[in-house]
Formats: sequence, structure tokens, C-alpha cells
Amino acid sequence: MCTVCGCSEGRPSAEGAGAQDGQAQGHHRDHAHDRHGHHHDHEHGGHGAHYHQGHHHHHARSYDHVHDGDGLTNSGLDPAGLKITGMSSDRIIRIERDILGKNDAIAADNRARFLVDDLLVFNLVSSPGAGKTSLLVRAVSELKESCPVGVIEGDQQTSNDADRIRATGVPAIQINTGKGCHLDAAMVGEAYRRLPPIKGGILFIENVGNLVCPAAFDLGEACKIVVFSTTEGEDKPLKYPDMFAASALMLINKIDLAPVLDFDLAQTIEYARRVNPKIEVLTVSARTGEGFAAFYALIRKQAAHQRRPAVEAATR
Amino acid sequence: MHEMAICEGIIEIVADEARRRSFSRIRTVCLEIGALSHAAPEAMRFCFEAVAARTIADGAVLEIKELPGIAWCMACSRSVEIAQRGEPCPCCGSYQLHVTAGEEMRVKELEVD
Repeated sequence: MCTVCGCSEGRPSAEGAGAQDGQAQGHHRDHAHDRHGHHHDHEHGGHGAHYHQGHHHHHARSYDHVHDGDGLTNSGLDPAGLKITGMSSDRIIRIERDILGKNDAIAADNRARFLVDDLLVFNLVSSPGAGKTSLLVRAVSELKESCPVGVIEGDQQTSNDADRIRATGVPAIQINTGKGCHLDAAMVGEAYRRLPPIKGGILFIENVGNLVCPAAFDLGEACKIVVFSTTEGEDKPLKYPDMFAASALMLINKIDLAPVLDFDLAQTIEYARRVNPKIEVLTVSARTGEGFAAFYALIRKQAAHQRRPAVEAATR
Repeated sequence: MHEMAICEGIIEIVADEARRRSFSRIRTVCLEIGALSHAAPEAMRFCFEAVAARTIADGAVLEIKELPGIAWCMACSRSVEIAQRGEPCPCCGSYQLHVTAGEEMRVKELEVD
């Protein structure tokens, strides 16, 4: 089972990484399941009240401290590393650790690196088929004229999306998540290392098509952009609220189809703002190019916002 | 099924604590999961057993304390409880809510021996 992606069989891989090289190892680097607790030096006898240096113990709950004949015993090491033969007891340890803390720490590292590289990073999320790749093909083709642009693509299988991006002349790295349902910060950090330098530019991360899981994973982006298409049904923000709550911008794609679909734009926006009152909304068509000027204006605004602290620091 | 990945995160935390604090067995893993977090407690219970098998947490009981979703209602200017996102303020019916708590996903404590 993979710690990174939760997959059971498939292994995530980034392009440019051979099956036997560091990426493959990196994938399993962190989840050699620790079994050291099963090595023991001695049997322990009693387990009455005891005190370890500087460590407070709670004995509010007590259990029959029987080891079911499985040979498991307590090594009797206290937190200071001193071995206290025969001393052991049930104890409650308060740890208060965020379950996604490790991903969040890697995402923070990514974010710091993106800032150093003066990079504006967007994490595009949507259900499969909303038009993320078509939207990106148009956007990167036009944006590359004014600044460096790069793309990290996430899919379970194939490099089809990265191939479509590369056909525009923009560098792209494909991540295949195998059985995984989302990108995580470690995958993106690794893919970014493999991307040609795009300092001072824009990095788009196209997440796995999935309106649930990617909402939970920070990748180090400036913001998430949820792509919703007019073919999906107005109530999708209510059905999948976490993703719309996590996104700063909703791009309503395939707006050119709205007249033939009886699509209710106002209703869609109203539902999205029920779960996220602050979400910005733009209507676009990746096919016709409608609405893209407004999208680029928003990107420039975000860039100015992100760069302001750096500019202020430089001019102080 | 991101609960699988989330449970892997729990096992990593537990294994790390076991290394640092030198315990060899875990009886109970206590979590705090917010009503507005990205994890469903039922799915977590299902995944945890599978993910914990043959790890230091094998056989450990998963205790989940569910924390309420709290939002600041901009219309009422006060904190209200909501069960899920997209719900209106229970007092005034407004959707102008800013979530302030209920997104937690924490390993709170471990009962070990």
C-alpha cells in the first residue's frame, strides 16, 4: 500500500524517471512500515505505577496487560532513552498531530521554492471531462507569448494530456498516479524538479479528474481553480461542496453550449456561493476563446498580488 | 478513496511516535475529525483496519471524536453550528457563512503499552 497515493498496486511515476531510479525509490522511501517495535530485549514483569523523567503518565484507564502469547513485550525504554528493566504500563500519549501534516509540510516547501523562482502556481481541479486540458492548451498557447509557462499533468494512466500541452511548445511533465485518486505535494515537488526552468512565469498543475479527493491535498499552489462545465448540472457545487469551498475561482467552461442545454448560469453561481461566498466566477469557452481575456486579467491581478510583498521589500 | 491515503498518514504518525517514544504496542488511536473536514468517519474506520494490518497499529481500536462544524454568520454577526457545507445559517437562513472550525483531522492521542 502506498503512503503517497493510497494505491494498492499501481505506483505513481513522473516522466523522466526510470522505473529503477530515484523516483521509484522515492515512492517507497517513506513507507517501509516500521516494525522495530517488535524487537525486544527482555521480558517485563510488573506494570505498576511508575515515573519516567520529565514525562507525565495518565493511568485513568486500566487494562489487563496480557500479551496474548504473541511474544510482544515492552522494551522498557523511557523517553530519555534509559532502559528500565521490568517497567512498563499502559499509557496515554497526547500528540495532537495533523494527519495531513506531512503533505502540508512538503506543500510549504514547494510554495517556498515557487516564491524563490517567482512563479505563479495554479492547481486546476474538476470532474473528468470538464475541459481542463482543452482550457490549458488554449491558455498556455496564448500566455507563452508574454511569460514562461509550464504544466504538470496528473492522470492515473497515459501521457496523452502532457503530449497535448507539449504540442503547443510549452514544457509539460506527466505524473501517472497509478491507482491513486489525487496528486500530493511530494509528487508535484518531484515533477517540478524535472520541469525545465520557468522562473518568473506561470505553472499550471492539472490535477486528476476527481471532484472529491484533490480538495484535501495542498500542493503549494497560490490557489485552486475549479473548472465546472455547463454540461454537468447546476447543483454540482452542492453535491461536491468541499472542492468548491477549497477553490478561489470557478471557471464555467463550455459556455458556448449553454443555449442548447438550457443551462442556468445564475443558479450555478448561487449554489457555488452557498458553499463559498467568496468564490470568483468567470465564464469561458475553451473551444471559442470566449472569456479568456478576463481569465488572463485575473491571472495578472493574482501575480501583482503575489509579487507586491517582494516589490515592497525591494523598494523599502 | 482518499481516506486510504489519510489512514496511511495516521500509521506514519503512529510509527514515528513509536520510534521517538519507544513503545511497542498501540491499543487505541484517538482522532478528532471535524464535520466539515475531508474525511468521512465511516470510511476511515473501514480503511484503518486494512491499512493498519501488519503495522505497529495492527489490531488497534480507532476512536473518532467528531467535532462540530462552526461558521461565522456575516448577517447575524455570530457563530452558528452547521452540519455540512452549503447549509444556511440556522438562525437567519443566510448563506453568507465563513467556516471557523470543523475542518480538523488530527491524531489526538495514543493509548500504548
